[in-house]
Amino acid sequence: MSELLQLLTPEGQRLHHPDYDVDISGEELRGLYRDMVLVRRLDTEAHALQRQGELGLWPPLLGQEAAQIGAGRALRPDDYAFPTYREHGVAWTRGVDPVSLLALFRGVTNGGYDPTDHGFALPTIVIGDQTLHAVGYAMGVQRDAGLDSPPGSGVISFFGDGASSQGDVNEAFVWAAVNNAPVVFFCQNNQWAISQPLSRQTRIPLYRRAEGFGCPGLRVDGNDVLAVLAITRAALDRARRGDGPSLIEAYTYRMGAHTTSDDPTRYRVETELEQWRLKDPIERVRAYLLRTGAGDRAFMDEVDQQADDMAARLRQACRDLPDPAPDAMFAHVYAEPQDLVQQEQRWWREYLGADHG
Amino acid sequence: MGEPVTLAAALNQALHDAMDDDPKVLVMGEDVGRLGGVFRVTEGLHAKHTDARVIDTPLSESGIVGAAIGLAMRGYRPVCEIQFDGFVFPAFDQITTQLAKMHARSDGATRLPVTIRIPYGGGIGAVEHHSESPEAYFAHTAGLRIVTCSHARDGYQMLRQAITCDDPVIFLEPKRRYWDKAELGDVGEGLFQSRVVRAGGDVTVVCYGPMVRTCLEVAGLAHEEDGLSLEVIDLRSLSPLDLGPVFDSVARTGRAIVVHEAPVFGGLGAEIATRISEKCFFSLEAPVLRVGAPHAPYPPSKLEHHYLPDVDRILDAVDTVRGM
Repeated sequence: MSELLQLLTPEGQRLHHPDYDVDISGEELRGLYRDMVLVRRLDTEAHALQRQGELGLWPPLLGQEAAQIGAGRALRPDDYAFPTYREHGVAWTRGVDPVSLLALFRGVTNGGYDPTDHGFALPTIVIGDQTLHAVGYAMGVQRDAGLDSPPGSGVISFFGDGASSQGDVNEAFVWAAVNNAPVVFFCQNNQWAISQPLSRQTRIPLYRRAEGFGCPGLRVDGNDVLAVLAITRAALDRARRGDGPSLIEAYTYRMGAHTTSDDPTRYRVETELEQWRLKDPIERVRAYLLRTGAGDRAFMDEVDQQADDMAARLRQACRDLPDPAPDAMFAHVYAEPQDLVQQEQRWWREYLGADHG
Repeated sequence: MGEPVTLAAALNQALHDAMDDDPKVLVMGEDVGRLGGVFRVTEGLHAKHTDARVIDTPLSESGIVGAAIGLAMRGYRPVCEIQFDGFVFPAFDQITTQLAKMHARSDGATRLPVTIRIPYGGGIGAVEHHSESPEAYFAHTAGLRIVTCSHARDGYQMLRQAITCDDPVIFLEPKRRYWDKAELGDVGEGLFQSRVVRAGGDVTVVCYGPMVRTCLEVAGLAHEEDGLSLEVIDLRSLSPLDLGPVFDSVARTGRAIVVHEAPVFGGLGAEIATRISEKCFFSLEAPVLRVGAPHAPYPPSKLEHHYLPDVDRILDAVDTVRGM
């Protein structure tokens, strides 16, 4: 498929596609709208908390709400997702408390939740490492089902356009293909890897790389939540059936900075942002809801109120997060007791107890 | 007990038994299946357990460790083979940033019981990257456990113990000792305990892996030729270090040397010597000396007998430490 799959235009016009489509109820559509508004609000609030000194850093998802909610809502509870550090929207769909995400970026934990509770691994910060974990996990799913049976559940690995240059990501493609692993590689091509444009990572569209590895490559309008949902569902179904991996390139745009430490005005022009503002992922759903009557202004006001309430809760919960105890760093270095760690922890406690703290 | 077997055969037996005992144990690596591994340590496993449990992987070391992490997250207990020591570095990132840290990152929620077997060390006349001793790189990273066996009996038991450990274990196999034979049998020590392999009162010789046999030869010669009694200690575990027996020994001998194949500079010997000086300062009659490789890349194999510590160089260090 060479064109960009789109089921909802930026103007809110519904399109149909013979292979990839969704039959979606008004309630589901309102749910996707609510998800996107809430995660945008979560993102805005976290950004503000960073500016107020409550967080050390925040990597904003602004502009990528449809890619993340569409992909996240395509997952079933028994599927498993491997995120980067920007997948706040996917985390939301997996039931991870946003306060856990704030805790990580506040610096009170390097994790924040139990991955097995959510089928959602901890964020990987070294770029692309998680793609191999996803393939290994998928190989485990295959083995649980028996290599001659359909795996039954799917695995999805998130990464970005920058990560597509990493060796591990390319190794993951090879491993997934030769093992026919039930994994979906979901690339959010947001056009920028900090300051480097896509042209510094690739000479061909990213989805076309899939052919060289021997799996389908699909490109979708990453700002179209319906198209992302449709194509990710199809790729996950394929994986669950035992038909192997797929690569999805969700074509989107990072509207914000790479992180709160970044200054994008040094490397990109305002006109580019203006063009992408016209393709906003939430506005097109709002327009479609209003035009079809599936959602009215009262509904949207209610969602906005919900977003305000959530933001207030997050603000307070973030400020209330206690600092970890000084010797917490020793607690889980190893799963089994280890002499050196125990010795050093004892020393540390005695040192701090002697009022050097 | 029974017939003596080679270290390679003992390790192979350990893998067979571990796979028989626990259906979650998988073996994965390059050429480990149909070929049985380039050193035949995985021989016969694929015939018994098929692709479901013995995975011939793509030629991709980072992939081996990265995928093993994912398999462990799914509840498996992968035993990875890295074909040669010098080929582990493509996997260095996955080992040090992911495998080592996931348990801490998840506040204990995620255990990664992955064993990484690496044939290591020189002395077999190989080409570059096939003779290295990378243990210090890994010992420097918290969250990993590093062990090394010196003979078949330890090899069998230590590999069995490593596979049941809930932490990631780097299991270093001294490849030039693969063909040394010993009888299998019970081993008293735990996986992370050192062992006094020859008692003596004049100088403490601390060693591990391939150097244990060499140091025992040194102790024999020193006794025959000079009437010296060297106490030889096989560390067995490099992280954590079990230095209690070393401290006890140095308290009696007052002199110690540390021997490894790896380069001296920044090596395990530096850590061990420092800890001896911290614990045994008032017992020491001389500085702790180190015997190892020079700060130079592993040389062409025609020179490796100069690069690696040998009986003469270790005896020279014994003389030096006694003359101080």
